[in-house]
Amino acid sequence: MNNATPGAQMKVRNIHKRFGAFTALNDVSLDIAAGELVCLLGPSGCGKTTLLRCIAGLERQDRGELYIGERDVSELPPQARDYGILFQSYALFPNLTVEANIVYGLTGSGREQARQRVVEMLQLVGLSGSEKKYPGQLSGGQQQRVALARALAPAPSLLLLDEPMSALDARVREHLCTELRQLQRQLGITTLMVTHNQDEAMLMADRIAVMNNGQVEQYATPQAIYDQPATPFVAEFVGQGNWLPFQRSGDSQAQVGGMSMRLSPGSARASSGRLFCRPEAITVNPPVHEENLFPAKVREITFLGNRCRMSFEFKALPGHALLAELAPEAMPRLGSQDIWVALPPQSLQVFA
Amino acid sequence: MSLPLNPVKAASRHGVALGDRLFVVGGKWLLLMLLVLAVLMPLLAIFWRGFSGDAGQGGGLAAARALFASENFHWLLGNSLAVALTVAAIVIPLAYLFAYALQRTLIPAKGLWRGISLLPLLAPSMLPAIALVYLFGNQGLLRGLLSDNIYGFWGIVLGEAIYTFPHALMILLSALSLADARLFDAASSMGAGPWRAFSSITWPATRQAVFAAFCLVFTLTITDFGVPVVVGGDYQVLALEAYKAVVGQQQFGRGALICLVLLVPALLSFAVDAWLRRRQGEAMSGRAQVFEPKPSRRRDACFLAIVLVVCAVLLLVIGMAVYSSLVTFWPYNLSLSLKHYLFEDTAGGGWLAYRNSVTMAIGTALIGSVVIFCGAYLMEKTQSQRLLNQSLRLLSFIPMAVPGLVLGLGYVFFFNLNGNPLHVLYGSMGLLVICTIAHYLTTAQMTATTALRQLDGEFEAAALSLKAPLYRHFLRVTVPICLPALLDIIRYLFVSAMTTVSAAIFLYSPDTILAAVAVLNMDDAGNVGGAAAMSTLILLTSASASLLLAAASRGLLRRSQAWRQRAAAA
Repeated sequence: MNNATPGAQMKVRNIHKRFGAFTALNDVSLDIAAGELVCLLGPSGCGKTTLLRCIAGLERQDRGELYIGERDVSELPPQARDYGILFQSYALFPNLTVEANIVYGLTGSGREQARQRVVEMLQLVGLSGSEKKYPGQLSGGQQQRVALARALAPAPSLLLLDEPMSALDARVREHLCTELRQLQRQLGITTLMVTHNQDEAMLMADRIAVMNNGQVEQYATPQAIYDQPATPFVAEFVGQGNWLPFQRSGDSQAQVGGMSMRLSPGSARASSGRLFCRPEAITVNPPVHEENLFPAKVREITFLGNRCRMSFEFKALPGHALLAELAPEAMPRLGSQDIWVALPPQSLQVFA
Repeated sequence: MSLPLNPVKAASRHGVALGDRLFVVGGKWLLLMLLVLAVLMPLLAIFWRGFSGDAGQGGGLAAARALFASENFHWLLGNSLAVALTVAAIVIPLAYLFAYALQRTLIPAKGLWRGISLLPLLAPSMLPAIALVYLFGNQGLLRGLLSDNIYGFWGIVLGEAIYTFPHALMILLSALSLADARLFDAASSMGAGPWRAFSSITWPATRQAVFAAFCLVFTLTITDFGVPVVVGGDYQVLALEAYKAVVGQQQFGRGALICLVLLVPALLSFAVDAWLRRRQGEAMSGRAQVFEPKPSRRRDACFLAIVLVVCAVLLLVIGMAVYSSLVTFWPYNLSLSLKHYLFEDTAGGGWLAYRNSVTMAIGTALIGSVVIFCGAYLMEKTQSQRLLNQSLRLLSFIPMAVPGLVLGLGYVFFFNLNGNPLHVLYGSMGLLVICTIAHYLTTAQMTATTALRQLDGEFEAAALSLKAPLYRHFLRVTVPICLPALLDIIRYLFVSAMTTVSAAIFLYSPDTILAAVAVLNMDDAGNVGGAAAMSTLILLTSASASLLLAAASRGLLRRSQAWRQRAAAA
């Protein structure tokens, strides 16, 4: 396998796109390094698909530039941009065999060379011997691989994936995510993937661009997105979280209801706002004393197999439901309805 | 394994883009030009002719005022309305029952009944009228059954009813074809009987189609002159008056004015229909379960009786026309011969007219299907040039609302205009083909659009990302997938071109006379046997072409089964 054929780097500069009165993309910029896999993550209508279609040349941006490698492709038609794309529906041509589908984009090469290429590509995606089948005779997962082989066959310098997993059932999805990621690493092709599924994004991406209302809210590694969300939207959209209203009472002190909580020294300087905390960062009935330990009441416990989800409220903040995630073995420690809950200072993030 | 192949050369990429621009933008502008010339300008010419007061042609505002105030006009208008409303009142309930029988009951031999019921589509509107003359005319086979002869109001009504029945039936068949079984299960679980289920589920889902069928029957009847010419007798209607004004008296302005009157109900019903359609929205969701009728002997027996009666009447009428074409000399020598098929004793054009019709139908079917399908593809699958797309859509919807009589007269006015360089086309086969394509454009295009919308919307994007030119994608993927629909369009255009008289009657020359026009002329000259023979020829030709194309379509489906069946299931 030749790893010395990395994809090109990709630059998106100040892209604007409106549909009538609706602003689909508002000054979006993004840098993708060569060989990187970047996910555009966001709710429907956030502009992620529009951005992908602008890059593909299927929509024309109102303003801004696009570069693939060093080449300015902003004004080029789709055929001249040099990318491969995998659509949500795969868009395999049903009247052509697998082989004819893959050869479709290989116009510049000779017949024998193209045939050789088909064999190579099918081997790459693990479908050797399916040349003569029609797409309708393959399963959803197999169709996706053929579509991928077709997209990669002309050796594009950029691969675009438009919600590639959404037509598959949940069982095969995770498996195919891992496979696709491996393949992408192996080929070193620069890849941009659109998804609304955070698990997929977490599983596959080198970096995730979380989008909302036509803007990129945060562009960082999956871990940074999860651990240090840049905006309340990112915190809310990715994973689960708890919100607590606070008033600043000191440099690293905040008042939440009647409780005085310690904040980590580096946290934002807002004088009031909301504290954010992931459910799994919360400790319940710790065996030794911890900071920010307060009495609370259990509302409900849901068993989820490998973990338990507990809904509770602080006695000082009645009616404000919060979530904690616990290992099942922590359950016996709960004992009664009345518990103690600790919110470690380093897990509390401050938003104005 | 290495990824890079031959890097595609920049030059060839630009070649691809250039070819596509030519295909997309050039194609659209060409289509726009054709639509403007073949649809818009002739219609504008009607208005212009109707309201310009050239001496001796019966046009102009003063003439319009005089015409619309005259007794004669009121009589004609009243007659036309009475006929059209009576026909609709007879045809719509019958067609609804018939369609219901075919789609929602378990009667046997549905395919056969459907085939028989659509037979009148294959012949010009004069055929049922000619048969009526042989059945109930002064020397008719069943003359004794009636107190009066058939010529007049009831003759026209019966002839038009048979002529329009299949048109209404097709709309109602498709409206009744889809039903969501879950709704009926829900209704019966709440204790609703069959009547309640019908009035709360079936009727609301189909009443819009009933209205559309009503409008179609009304418009077809009020603008048809084929039936009144044959069995009208002294009972005159507006369409016939327009025809006579132009063909008989050279009163072009008067013809244009009457055409404008005939355009009103068509435009009105078209507008209301479009409005209703938008309000109704999507009736069937993708997840609906297909309704399967449950067995019920009494219901099936009743519907079978209705179906049998209707089919018997249709077969009687069509059979009578065929039979009479074979009778040597009605009613004195009833021995059978092919004498009428020699077309010797008439000025109708004879076999020349038949050959012309076949040529015209083939030309219309081939050229029309290519132009219409390409046009529909460009409108449906390319998003750029939004304004151009919209004007193309609008223009290609106009013919739906324009009766053939009006369109044909518009062609006379526009292409016969002094100083129009397109005047050379006047009287030529080319113009007949153009006019026929324009006349039947909308239905054909809707068939194409429906087929194209079933294709994945990302096919074009996928092709572009693979650097394939769009026109190649169109030929390699779109056309093969849509071939059944394309054959359907070819069949529709062929049959329509074989049977049409309404527009062509104004446009033929002695060299390009058509079979359906010959029917009219022969009947006019008193050679009813010849007219029957020519109608039968048209019927047989349309039927064979339809069967041939159906067989081709079936063979095609079988050959492409490998990908078609499973692709549909996936």
